[in-house]
Amino acid sequence: MEVIPVLIAWPALAAVLLALVRQPKARGIVVYAAAAGMMLLALALLGSWLSGGGQAMLLAPESVYTEYADLAMLVGEFVLMALIVALSIRHRKYPVILLSVGQTLLVAWSEISLPVEKTTHMRVDGLAMLLCLIAAFVGGFICIYAVGYMKAYHEHHTEYTDRSSFFFSMLFLFLAAMFGLVLSENLVWMYFFWEVTSVVSFLLIGYTRTEEAVNNSFRALWMNLLGGCGFAVAIVYMAATQGRVELTAVVSSGAAVPVALLAFAALTKSAQLPFSSWLLGAMVAPTPSSALLHSATMVKAGVYLLIRLSPALAGTAGGVMVSFIGGFTFLAASMMAIAQNDGKKVLAFSTISNLGLIVACAGIGEEETVWAAVLLMIFHSVAKSMLFQAVGAIENSLGTRDIEAMHGLLLRLPTLSYIMGIGIAGMYLAPFGMLISKWVALKSFVDAGNFLLVVFLAYGSATTMLYWTKWLSKLVSLHHTKEPVTDKTHRDQYLSMFVHAGATLCLCLLFPLVSARVVDPIVRTLFGSAHEVLSMNVLTTMVIMLVSVLFVPTLMFVLTRATHRDYVPIYMGGANVGDNTYFVNSYGEPEHLYLSNWYLRFEFGMRRLMRPAVIVSAGVIVVMLCMIIGGAV
Amino acid sequence: MQAIGVILYLVLAPVVGALLDGIDRKVSARMQGRQGPPLLQPFYDLGKLFTKQMLAVNSVQMLLNLSYLIFLAVAGSLLFAGEDLLMSLFMLSTADMFLVMGASSDSSPFSTLGAGREMIQIMAYEPMTLLLAVGFYLATGSFQAGDIVSQPVSAVVTMPGFLLGLLFIMNIKLRKSPFDLSTSHHAHQEIVKGLTTEMAGPTLAVMSIAEYYEMTMMLGLVGLFFVNSSPVSWPLAVLACLAAFFLETLWDNASARVKWRTVLDGCWVVTLLTGGLNGLILMLVR
Amino acid sequence: MAKTKLAKSPWMLHYDGSSCNGCDIEVLACTTPRYDIERFGIINTGDPFQADILLITGGVNFQSESVIKQIYTQMPDPKVVVAVGICACTGGVFKDCYNIKGGIDTVIPVDVYVPGCAARPQAIIDGVVKALEILQQKREAYAAHRRQGKA
Repeated sequence: MEVIPVLIAWPALAAVLLALVRQPKARGIVVYAAAAGMMLLALALLGSWLSGGGQAMLLAPESVYTEYADLAMLVGEFVLMALIVALSIRHRKYPVILLSVGQTLLVAWSEISLPVEKTTHMRVDGLAMLLCLIAAFVGGFICIYAVGYMKAYHEHHTEYTDRSSFFFSMLFLFLAAMFGLVLSENLVWMYFFWEVTSVVSFLLIGYTRTEEAVNNSFRALWMNLLGGCGFAVAIVYMAATQGRVELTAVVSSGAAVPVALLAFAALTKSAQLPFSSWLLGAMVAPTPSSALLHSATMVKAGVYLLIRLSPALAGTAGGVMVSFIGGFTFLAASMMAIAQNDGKKVLAFSTISNLGLIVACAGIGEEETVWAAVLLMIFHSVAKSMLFQAVGAIENSLGTRDIEAMHGLLLRLPTLSYIMGIGIAGMYLAPFGMLISKWVALKSFVDAGNFLLVVFLAYGSATTMLYWTKWLSKLVSLHHTKEPVTDKTHRDQYLSMFVHAGATLCLCLLFPLVSARVVDPIVRTLFGSAHEVLSMNVLTTMVIMLVSVLFVPTLMFVLTRATHRDYVPIYMGGANVGDNTYFVNSYGEPEHLYLSNWYLRFEFGMRRLMRPAVIVSAGVIVVMLCMIIGGAV
Repeated sequence: MQAIGVILYLVLAPVVGALLDGIDRKVSARMQGRQGPPLLQPFYDLGKLFTKQMLAVNSVQMLLNLSYLIFLAVAGSLLFAGEDLLMSLFMLSTADMFLVMGASSDSSPFSTLGAGREMIQIMAYEPMTLLLAVGFYLATGSFQAGDIVSQPVSAVVTMPGFLLGLLFIMNIKLRKSPFDLSTSHHAHQEIVKGLTTEMAGPTLAVMSIAEYYEMTMMLGLVGLFFVNSSPVSWPLAVLACLAAFFLETLWDNASARVKWRTVLDGCWVVTLLTGGLNGLILMLVR
Repeated sequence: MAKTKLAKSPWMLHYDGSSCNGCDIEVLACTTPRYDIERFGIINTGDPFQADILLITGGVNFQSESVIKQIYTQMPDPKVVVAVGICACTGGVFKDCYNIKGGIDTVIPVDVYVPGCAARPQAIIDGVVKALEILQQKREAYAAHRRQGKA
């Protein structure tokens, strides 16, 4: 277990080194080495944890070293505060200062003046291990992807100053904080890492330094700091009333106020309504940071905390609040995704929406729902980060990430289209994991007697289906366009994307194994027991579906390849000019065929839905929090 | 028992579907004061389509259509084997994806428009199908079609709302007015043949057979409401299915096509009022 | 009986070359309850990909020429063409107009000519039923051709 400090320190060191290396080639080498080292360290941690029996282990008991670490973190918090204050003053965003200073002083005061029982600071169990592996592998490959991406990005965007060193440095700093966050048991430690991820996210969103980027980064900052305030108050509350600041103490005490406040912090981190707008604004950042922070890992920190809290949330007012917000976000975000034609915006909405489902599952807090939540988390991390990477690569080649421009992409950028196709299929089609999780979620919502969530899920899956299908159908349109496109994707990017695509398919194929070996033990650790969520019957069904989905199209391909066909032009009222690309218009001139998707902007546009959705969700949160806190006083 | 159900479905569903289609065309004609085509007309149509020349606009159309067919067959088989209802319905929407992709791959103005409308239709009916599965789970305690049909009392007694909702959205699945936006059995519509515009000969035949599988599966869902452990309920269920089918035909002839907004709003509201309310009541009394 | 040998499922595509709409109205009249061509299994489809019979009213002008050729190629074999009305048969009174090329047979092969101005529904149905016989012959020829091709 000595590997843990190394695991956290290694990316942090890489961050320092990368900030100094200016030469692109050398930087590439450092990134590869750092990512590989990180993966090896994560595997080493996994190995030593498994050889220790794979049980939940409490580590880092109170010692001189943890005292030093405490002190270092205190200093670190003040450094972060100073940074935020300085930047806020420079950009004249004064209210942010209040939030940052307030919570930092609150935590510092609590640490100095409120005595707490000294126990352990870190914890390794299945869930933490899973998050570590996701961060190390998905994160590592995203960093590798970024090596190629950033080169192409700055060739494409000459208007922005090249701050790649800073960018890579921040990515690795974030990964270090992420490891710290998921392995922390002590809330104060966790809070420190939580703040680091907020600030890194803020800095990365502002990467391009355009006015839009700066505004969006500050929006992300204040929303995350608001959550941080909730976190800070929860720490103070625990320290003052219980004299303990471990996460397990919060869960086992079942104290409603800190649980609700921590859940509130998690909702902001996971960009649930009414805080979703920060994640949408975060899409101005270069794509690797969107893939890493805003879909695969950082936003997962929120749901990670909720899953940890879920035994304490089950059946409480806090649980009702969390599950309602989650279910509502699932529906509202998937509706708004329909009206988007910017690829990254769709991915952002879909991320918010899927996180909503996970949050709803965690809020119910039954074994079944948590099982579904963990499974969703695994599948979503891999598939969504792959989709982000593919969109980034397509953007570099096409010069735009407008879905409309992806018409007939299968003929122009076939490899990237296949990768996107796998990712999209993984997000909603049978028999990929997302669907089976949805199946379990639906069943457990019924069992939990929450009909509202059932309705949210029923309508939400219909809207989810629409925005993915129309994207997919855009890709498979076999339409020849006249503009030639060259694939500018670097080898680094393909390496990462192929690994992700392989992982998505493997997760689908090895699904029963993932369920039995990974998800069931996690649920068992959290609840002390776990019965089989999936019966043999369901598994047989799954096998049938798997076989049909993977093999039917292949078989059909082989069968139909040999058939003789006579090719004719598509039907355009007989007005085609020679081929399928042009038709004769009413002036007798050839006109380029342009086919658009449906976006239903007047029905599902953000302008129409965002404000009511924010009002409803904010109202629910305020009322519920008041009730919970009022009930405790 | 399961195997028999599956085999019977796989073999008989296209026949039953085509026969029902023939009845539908005959009954429709009579409703319009016409003589109408022979009862076996759909079989003649299929026979003809298979002998036609294999015209295509691209190489994947047939592949995607065949996949559509197979997935519908699998979805229906799951239902008739007494397997998980929810899985079967998920499979149904996966099958639809292949149809939409097949139409989009043609990339003609009409098929693309049809594909877009088909997606709207899927979005309109899908909440009801999911709620339907939940309704059966609430009423009978199981998602397994096999368990549902072995209840002592027919499900329709406790879930009449769901039946109404299903009949409403079945109109979409049977491609009948007023919800036949994406393609229709009638000529002279604004989008030519919509989804199927570029499907010629054997490709169209595959699509039609798939539709027959789908039709039988939808009627199977209606039957699920009526069948219980007593054998008397089976002929009753068949009668109920025929009655449901007649109602759909009547509705088809009595109404004109509506705009997609109306389809979406109508289906979602009706789903909420029928399935939603019925489900809520079931959950409260549980 | 000859009738059982007829093609049982002929689907029809109606194209208006440059007709005065007189014949078009009569074609549509065929689908009404009074004449009911669906009793022969005929469907008036709007789609060349699904049609067996191309039914054209009006003469060919220089704009519709390419369109007629194109939709003809988009119809799968076996197929027949029925020219309805005197304009479609020969160009009719418009024959010498500056924009008219002539009857349909100046562009694609025509199997059945239905004269009349406008052609009466009975005549149209009669023509289509005649076309069915030709369609049946063509189908047999096509099937034989396919068998040979495969053998």
